[in-house]
Amino acid sequence: MSRRVRMGVLAAGLLATAALFVTAFLDMPHFGGAWHPYGDRAVQASVNRRTANTVSAVNFDQRGFDTLGEESILFASVLGTVVLLRQARDERTRAPRPGPVPAALRRYGLVALPATLLIGLYVIAHGQLSPGGGFQGGVVVATALHLLYIAVDYPALERIRPLGLYEVGDAVGEAAYVVLGVAGLLAGSAYLANVLPFGTFNTLSSGGTVPLLNAAVGLEVASAVVVLLARFLVQALEIEGGDGGKEQAA
Amino acid sequence: MSVFPYAVAGWIFLVGVYGLATSRNLVHAVGCLSVAQSATYVLLLAVGYRRGGTAPVFSDTPTTASVVDPVVQALALTDVVVGATVTALLLALVVQTAKRHGTTDPDELHELKG
Repeated sequence: MSRRVRMGVLAAGLLATAALFVTAFLDMPHFGGAWHPYGDRAVQASVNRRTANTVSAVNFDQRGFDTLGEESILFASVLGTVVLLRQARDERTRAPRPGPVPAALRRYGLVALPATLLIGLYVIAHGQLSPGGGFQGGVVVATALHLLYIAVDYPALERIRPLGLYEVGDAVGEAAYVVLGVAGLLAGSAYLANVLPFGTFNTLSSGGTVPLLNAAVGLEVASAVVVLLARFLVQALEIEGGDGGKEQAA
Repeated sequence: MSVFPYAVAGWIFLVGVYGLATSRNLVHAVGCLSVAQSATYVLLLAVGYRRGGTAPVFSDTPTTASVVDPVVQALALTDVVVGATVTALLLALVVQTAKRHGTTDPDELHELKG
């Protein structure tokens, strides 16, 4: 297909989609209006189950099964990346060379690392109370570990990051979510039902299964991000060669 | 002007698709896909907005306060996470394509190579 024909097809498709959007948007409820039937009911259900952060209540209680699906997409993506970025038969590895790090960056990294780690764990643990939860906190925890790579060097990161353990952590996080769902069945209710006592509103132990599911997701997300970044770092720093390889400037 | 935020979401989507279709570099194409996907965040949050509403978190506001819709916020949250990991998967594909074919221009990838 020539470039001209391609642009024509694209323009037709974009214009038709734009027309559909405009028709749909004109019929939608007005922006900022007071009519939110699902939102109002979700807030009511969340308060009844004593979960102060309604977003967490929606994700881990009312739509718990849906979040299992989202978590599985994450798990599958990480698995796919690990398979794609493995070392091919015609590639060699080399030991990464440590590079010079400015002293100020080193000091900043070593101060920021424990603080970031603590914030990440706090965000996971308070998912049922304040904005945050397993997804967000997990990313913060994984980021904290990689401050070591920025502030010191790659071998230092490798020392505190036994990759096998994080791969197990990823699987355990996913499995814990599934098993917590089965706990609902065993308690005589539905899969992923909130069967634990709801506790006192706005305390750390409120929300029933919400904090436990948050912890499972936090473990999975933190491990998944570490595994993902490790695969890309190995590609950039350790693997070289290969027959078809024309890049590999790193 | 009440459709303006929705129109912004539609515009972001169309711009992302345009970039995807005219892309000359696979890394750029993955970036464009992320742009197209981020239109859903804008649309979801625009749908859930309530004038004068605060965040749907009741740790420091009374439970009678007027809040924005938490359902669409939860949808946007999982969307962000899934989007980030799928982007990583696509970038891994680009790394392998670059290694095996020596190019990241989608127009030069004519045939499958073992």
